[in-house]
Amino acid sequence: MARLGFGRGQLRDDRLPPGQYDTGSSFPVLTAEVSPKLTAQNWSFRVDGLVEKARTWDWQAAHKLAASGYEGDIHCVTSWSKLGTSFSGASLDTFLAEAGVLPQATHVVAWSHTGYTTNLPLAEVTGGRAWVVWEHEGKPLPPEHGGPARLLVPRLYFWKSAKWIGGVRLLDHDEPGFWEQRGYHELGDPWLEQRYAGD
Amino acid sequence: MHDETATARTFRMRILGAGAVDRHVPGQHYDVRLTAPDGSTAQRSYSIASEPTDGREVELTVERIEDGEVSPYLHDEIAVGDQVELRGPFGGWFIWAADTPALLLGGGSGVVPLMAMRRYWHSTGGATPLRVLVSVRRPEDLYYQGEWGTETTVIHTRQAPSGDPRTPGRLTAADLEPLLAALPEPVAYICGSAGFTEHASQLVVSLGLPAPNVRIERFGPG
Repeated sequence: MARLGFGRGQLRDDRLPPGQYDTGSSFPVLTAEVSPKLTAQNWSFRVDGLVEKARTWDWQAAHKLAASGYEGDIHCVTSWSKLGTSFSGASLDTFLAEAGVLPQATHVVAWSHTGYTTNLPLAEVTGGRAWVVWEHEGKPLPPEHGGPARLLVPRLYFWKSAKWIGGVRLLDHDEPGFWEQRGYHELGDPWLEQRYAGD
Repeated sequence: MHDETATARTFRMRILGAGAVDRHVPGQHYDVRLTAPDGSTAQRSYSIASEPTDGREVELTVERIEDGEVSPYLHDEIAVGDQVELRGPFGGWFIWAADTPALLLGGGSGVVPLMAMRRYWHSTGGATPLRVLVSVRRPEDLYYQGEWGTETTVIHTRQAPSGDPRTPGRLTAADLEPLLAALPEPVAYICGSAGFTEHASQLVVSLGLPAPNVRIERFGPG
């Protein structure tokens, strides 16, 4: 199999999961849908499904929640990783706590204002593992990167970090989302290289 | 293998392995995976240019990215008869089996999956309403020269061939209106750079195509 010149002997950054490369200061845009006309004024975020009380936050209400952010790396299934970047917004834990997650909830489906969906085990988006973010490296999140606000689940491939996030629905079962119905892995752990179904 | 342009080359691959028969849907891609002597790997997705066949061969067109990890290796190091690791075919969104009216919009190397669609449409009779628009910088940047048919319009953003009445420049609503007018309730497939796909997708929506009828594949660097 492919051998020869590939590799070039350069030292590989140990922050890179297998098969990934460092995209440096760039931040590639990959989207399957038309970017929506979404602004802070018409954005909202909803938590419903298996919760004590479904809740919806508008831009102002979301910004009144405790600020929380992430500093570290992100990994796209198309094989780029962006190392040492930062996002800020509010922890998904905070939203979930205000809605009150029922004990039978095991999974969430995150959905976008465009209709995009992605599924996640509840344990992968709680305990400081997921955020709703509206700033990237100190500036408002640009529309092409999911602004005004996106989900951020940096431990998983970035298709799980739904752009233009509209809400999460708590479920007692797994329900495959947009890419997961189309051949991509249910979980998407970059360190296990779970790109496609069956990986 | 053969060159499409100064920077793009098409590789015809014979798929080896038990039961390995390529039955892709036009628009899908394969992942090419390289493994270095130290065990580290690099992989990139490349769109399939060929139409699905019963055979065990597939064509991938690869643009050479100067500072890339995988494409320079494929361009410079691979010789006829070499083996590379392929995984696929993958992709369940940016696919078209010539079953609905379609508008295909491609910028630069973004025409590769569109050519698979166009080839399949053509060889299955070409009965479904189809329009294709390809945007290139200069005439010499056009992939698959001589193969596009009357369904296809080529526009030039920097330099047009002599005699072309259109002034070179980016895609406009005027370029798209006659194509959309010829298609009943089409699905638009838009492939290319982030800049091209964002611009083209906003244009078709502004011309009345519902956003759910627009499918986008953005080619990143790499």
